[in-house]
Amino acid sequence: MQQTARNAVELDPDLAERHVWPDEGLNRIPDWVYTSDAIYAREVERIFHGRTWNYVALEAEIPAAGDFKRSFVGPTPVVVARGADGAVHVFENRCAHRGAEFCRPYRGNAREFVCPYHQWTYDLAGRLIGVPFRRGLKGEGGMPASFRLEEHGVRRLSVATRGGVVFASFAADMEPLEDYLGPDMLPDFDAVFAGRKLKVLGYYRNTVPANWKMYHENLKDPYHATLLHSYLVSFGLLVAGNRSAMIVDRGGRHGTMASAKSDEIRLDKASQGEMRAFHAGLTLADPRIMDYVREFDSPWSVTMQTIWPTMIVQRELNTLGTRQIVPHGPNLFTMIWTMFGYEDDSEEMTRHRLRQGNLMGPAGFLGLEDNEAMKFVQDGLRKSREGAAVLELGGVAEGTSETLITEAAIRSLYRHWREVMGV
Amino acid sequence: MSMLPGFEAQPLDRNAARALRLEIEEFHADYCAALDEGRIADWPTFFADDAIYRITARENAEAALRVGLVYCEGMGMLRDRALAIARTEMFAPRYLQHHVNNVRVLSAADGVVAAQANYLVLQTLVDEPTTLHQAGRYYDRFVRERGRLLLRERHCVYDTLLIDNSLVMPV
Repeated sequence: MQQTARNAVELDPDLAERHVWPDEGLNRIPDWVYTSDAIYAREVERIFHGRTWNYVALEAEIPAAGDFKRSFVGPTPVVVARGADGAVHVFENRCAHRGAEFCRPYRGNAREFVCPYHQWTYDLAGRLIGVPFRRGLKGEGGMPASFRLEEHGVRRLSVATRGGVVFASFAADMEPLEDYLGPDMLPDFDAVFAGRKLKVLGYYRNTVPANWKMYHENLKDPYHATLLHSYLVSFGLLVAGNRSAMIVDRGGRHGTMASAKSDEIRLDKASQGEMRAFHAGLTLADPRIMDYVREFDSPWSVTMQTIWPTMIVQRELNTLGTRQIVPHGPNLFTMIWTMFGYEDDSEEMTRHRLRQGNLMGPAGFLGLEDNEAMKFVQDGLRKSREGAAVLELGGVAEGTSETLITEAAIRSLYRHWREVMGV
Repeated sequence: MSMLPGFEAQPLDRNAARALRLEIEEFHADYCAALDEGRIADWPTFFADDAIYRITARENAEAALRVGLVYCEGMGMLRDRALAIARTEMFAPRYLQHHVNNVRVLSAADGVVAAQANYLVLQTLVDEPTTLHQAGRYYDRFVRERGRLLLRERHCVYDTLLIDNSLVMPV
């Protein structure tokens, strides 16, 4: 299969025999997809270390030469650094000598990186430039004459940028980022990263005791938005009658959940009855949190975009952010939220974004509910009898849809995932 | 050096500072009791009408990044958060304990008292052990209205950068 990065020796060759997909096809997702250590190990090999572009940084975080940031590609720690010539480099945060994770601060500025254990020294591109006592001491010890610095740098990754967003890949021959994102994702991606200089407003970090793919599925599942998130429904941001779309790229991996805010609440009686979440009569004392300042070249007021496998681009009205998934085995992941605005924002616009930020993050009116719900699901899968998720909503349809009441985008994701994973 | 500008310690009359500290400690005890007892509707009553309330990670505070994990400008936003927690938010049941210590009065001038205190939040979920959910520091500015102290500004700056899943109640 051309899409998949294969190691010369297949790890776990009989994995597919031990993990059999249910007869119902993509209308079921078996629990082992979310709980199996063997499946996770293959995901690291074929997805995070395979043929994918992984979000690692915003260029606004590392504007000057020598600026660096700790980041991750899947579970693997990397350093993102800007070289003296302005080029962005991404390399493994693992000393080539003994494996120490040498770069510890979240961010900083450096001329070079020195592993504190034995002071092996790397330049801003991850090339080894110095080893103490290379020639030994008084003619004894030291490296063999055959030791070449250039053969012992840290592992360097492929890098691509678009609109100030930095991606990295362990694959040496990745297709261009534009082709990876594809024509269905690019317009909404570019609406946020259209060339206006970004200004980072800050970070949230949290763990979620759930499988990392659930975060993608949650954002490919518009069904949940009006049911779990009473806040949206009660205060009129998302109503069943809103114009919306669940856009899926042609590969099935990426998605954009998009909706257009309507000017008034148009929730009909039939929808109210279906939504237990709807509370008639609740109103906000300060409704500025729901304001939408038109600033994007887009028909949508909300786009939540999942860029497989580790990125989410959040544009919820005027609150903007990237989210980075860092998996830690099948049952846990870290989410790193980078909230931002634009350098040319007025003080009032910055404050509007800060106020609207209350919707998102691990204490956000929407964000905390997603995290809670995902923990509930993983607890159910881990603790109870082996079973499978039932994805019958929308029948067997896959791909883009204009109704919220479908699970088509999740089926598309698993068609892609099964192909890459060989299960 | 304070992490937040405007919260530097100033020379104070020792007796006046002690009296203020006692009053602030009583304020913390009442504030924490409201949160620990789940009386979320009472939470906004500890603030002045024009209050700023923010919870943010220490990495943001130290880099002067303005984001709030929770960010409220004024009484309306405080009440809206209390209303959401009470009426719309879905979360697992939990017990919380807020512990406040090391209260320091930093300055008192023009009717505004600046103070800091360390806090711990312990969280207990059903069938799970009690965990240390947050370790942080309050940076507070109090005003006196109708004879009692009210918060005009509260910045909750947490060291616990990696939040365990979610933060439901205010700190």
